[in-house]
Amino acid sequence: MAKIAILERRCTGCGQCRAQCPFGAIDMHDGRPEMNAACRVCGICVRSCPEQAIVRLETRVESVDKSQWKDILVFTEVSGGRLHPVGLELIGKAQELAQPLGLAVRAVLVGEHVSEYAEELQHYGLREIAVYDDPELGYFRADAYASCVEDYIRFCKPSVVLVGATSLGRSLAPRLSTRFHTGLTADCTRLEMRENTDLVQIRPAFGGNIMAQIVTTHTRPQFATVRYKVMNPPPRRPDKSGTVLTRSLPRSVMDCKARLVSVTPVPPRKSISDAEILVVGGRGLKKEADLDMVRELATLLGGDWATTRPLVEKGWSGNERQIGLSGRTVRPRLIITCGVSGAIQFTSCMNGSEHIIAINSDRSAPIFDVAHVAIVDDLYHVLPELIRQLKEAEA
Amino acid sequence: MEIFVCIKQVPATNKVEVDEETGVLKRNGVASKMNPYDLFALETALRLKQAHGGRVTVGTMGPPQAQSVIREAYWIGADDGYVFSDRRLGGADVLATSYTLSQAIRSIGDFDLILCGKQTTDGDTAQVGPAIAEYLGIPHAAWVSRLTLNGDGVDAEQQLQDVIETVHMPFPCLVTVEQDICMPRLPSLRIAREIGDRPVHIIGLDQFLDTDETHYGLAGSATSVERIFPPEHDTVREVWTGQDSADRLHARLRQWKII
Ligand SMILES: Cc1cc2nc3c(=O)[nH]c(=O)nc-3n(C[C@H](O)[C@H](O)[C@H](O)COP(=O)(O)OP(=O)(O)OC[C@H]3O[C@@H](n4cnc5c(N)ncnc54)[C@H](O)[C@@H]3O)c2cc1C
Ligand SMILES: Nc1ncnc2c1ncn2[C@@H]1O[C@H](COP(=O)(O)O)[C@@H](O)[C@H]1O
Repeated sequence: MAKIAILERRCTGCGQCRAQCPFGAIDMHDGRPEMNAACRVCGICVRSCPEQAIVRLETRVESVDKSQWKDILVFTEVSGGRLHPVGLELIGKAQELAQPLGLAVRAVLVGEHVSEYAEELQHYGLREIAVYDDPELGYFRADAYASCVEDYIRFCKPSVVLVGATSLGRSLAPRLSTRFHTGLTADCTRLEMRENTDLVQIRPAFGGNIMAQIVTTHTRPQFATVRYKVMNPPPRRPDKSGTVLTRSLPRSVMDCKARLVSVTPVPPRKSISDAEILVVGGRGLKKEADLDMVRELATLLGGDWATTRPLVEKGWSGNERQIGLSGRTVRPRLIITCGVSGAIQFTSCMNGSEHIIAINSDRSAPIFDVAHVAIVDDLYHVLPELIRQLKEAEA
Repeated sequence: MEIFVCIKQVPATNKVEVDEETGVLKRNGVASKMNPYDLFALETALRLKQAHGGRVTVGTMGPPQAQSVIREAYWIGADDGYVFSDRRLGGADVLATSYTLSQAIRSIGDFDLILCGKQTTDGDTAQVGPAIAEYLGIPHAAWVSRLTLNGDGVDAEQQLQDVIETVHMPFPCLVTVEQDICMPRLPSLRIAREIGDRPVHIIGLDQFLDTDETHYGLAGSATSVERIFPPEHDTVREVWTGQDSADRLHARLRQWKII
């Protein structure tokens, strides 16, 4: 149960709240407002107070009737004029989870000129695609976007809401989960669903070598963010299905205070997440110039290069080239790691790769637990020789 | 300008033990330090203060020992500091942590700007900042790599997927900062000498507006950790130890049609 509280420090006793309250739930005592039993916690006083002296104290929902919360909702992010592929991956996962329980999968689009993407989404077997398309949503404001998704959640009551763990998604999801006083699990790498619709969320945790299995047992909806390239997108169906529901802009969007100053497109940098072939350098490299070997091998194989975090910390490469929990998740066709020990924060974000080849001189390095081909050897021996052979073959 | 910076004490190593029964981190006996990403938030606050005046208050929710990060923040230049500490706050997930911090921040004063690090190295969720903003009913911008004062608020540059968006937010607002926003300064011995043992305020649940203990800590959390387990490993693998690994690799790349 929520309740209303008044911050004495700020209250000037102006009486605005009393005048605005539709339930006559505010009395004035000694020039100060006080709530009486008629309060329905509607929040009108919170918005009407010119001093922001009235706050709503939120409390957790004791237990919900889970049967009232069905279906799985996917937030399909549109950024830079395209549907972010993580949305499709989440739809694929949601369908896997929903099917055995007979639940439906829905999607929600928020932005300006996003209606056109609804049609494309109709090829992925969704029950319904809700669209909030308005110039007010032409730039990202977490609170405004949250108001739209909140509106649709109240309408369709999903049991689970999945959001891509992109910059936008990770800024949006906590506002939403907090609004519903429910759980949010960040950066899940595996999801399963129990018969009672409890979502089993698995994520690497605490820098240590552990995975944590997390559940949200007594509140709904259950929110999870999932990394790009962790789940598989579903096949595109030739026929269309599912309805497109255009919803009007929730009024609360007008209360959002942030305003756009400017937008600058970032030149489309190729992301390591998009590479099919990756060569990765770790701290086994003795000096910055030795990264040239990694870059050269990557070029010869027609791929891209990346590094572990220590090399980013040394300034040898940028954060956008870092694989791992505090960097990017990758899932290429081939990954060759050179002088990488294989800490969990690294491996958990590359172990979905199709072929993993690890070069490390230490037989007991944990990277060999995830590698398909473990090359126990000095990288300073393997790399120059391989590069020589590849060049020879090219010539 | 009144600025509040959320800082957290995190384990200094990444070898952390977890209580098998409750799934809660065992923090006793582990050396700790300030969450490195919070240093960027603190530095951002100090630079704004230097340029425009004001005060920088820091606060952390944690055990009484977390005083040490507040003291470290004093040596870096913070003016005032709080530890929100109470037995009943323990075992909090994102929901309960952000609720606690929003309650605590409200109970100590009115701040124009609240700054957070982008994420912690132990919880590692990057969610606490935006969730505090939601509880306080104020706008936020996350992953901010440039922040400037502008009139009645700030202009914050947030990096999204394909665009950099700058938004203006009037005070009060919250910002979580990226590490490329600035270079944090080191604790200064001079400041340490000057301030001597300036006190760290320690406040508990009873000083909050909402004193209902079921809203905090483990009781106020929506998620629970059911199980902790080592990651599974792929067992089908080959180990090459000979001198000819470059040749074999070359042959394998051909076989896989990579080249
Ligand atoms: C919250 C948190 C988040 C983190 N996020 C990330 C992240 O996103 N990405 C990341 O990478 N790390 C991350 N880390 C750090 C991570 O724990 C490891 O410290 C890091 O991945 C190790 O990098 P490395 O393998 O390059 O270096 P090291 O661990 O130092 O390994 C170097 C390896 O090179 C081998 N080697 C040395 N010389 C040679 C040679 N001549 N030939 C062959 N092999 C050689 C050694 O045997 C050793 O195994 C994070 C840590 C924490 C706590
Ligand atoms: N216990 C805490 N006390 C104070 N600030 C915190 C706490 N936990 C998280 N924060 C703030 O929230 C940010 C994000 O944390 P997290 O969501 O845990 O990754 C951190 O960088 C801190 O600024």
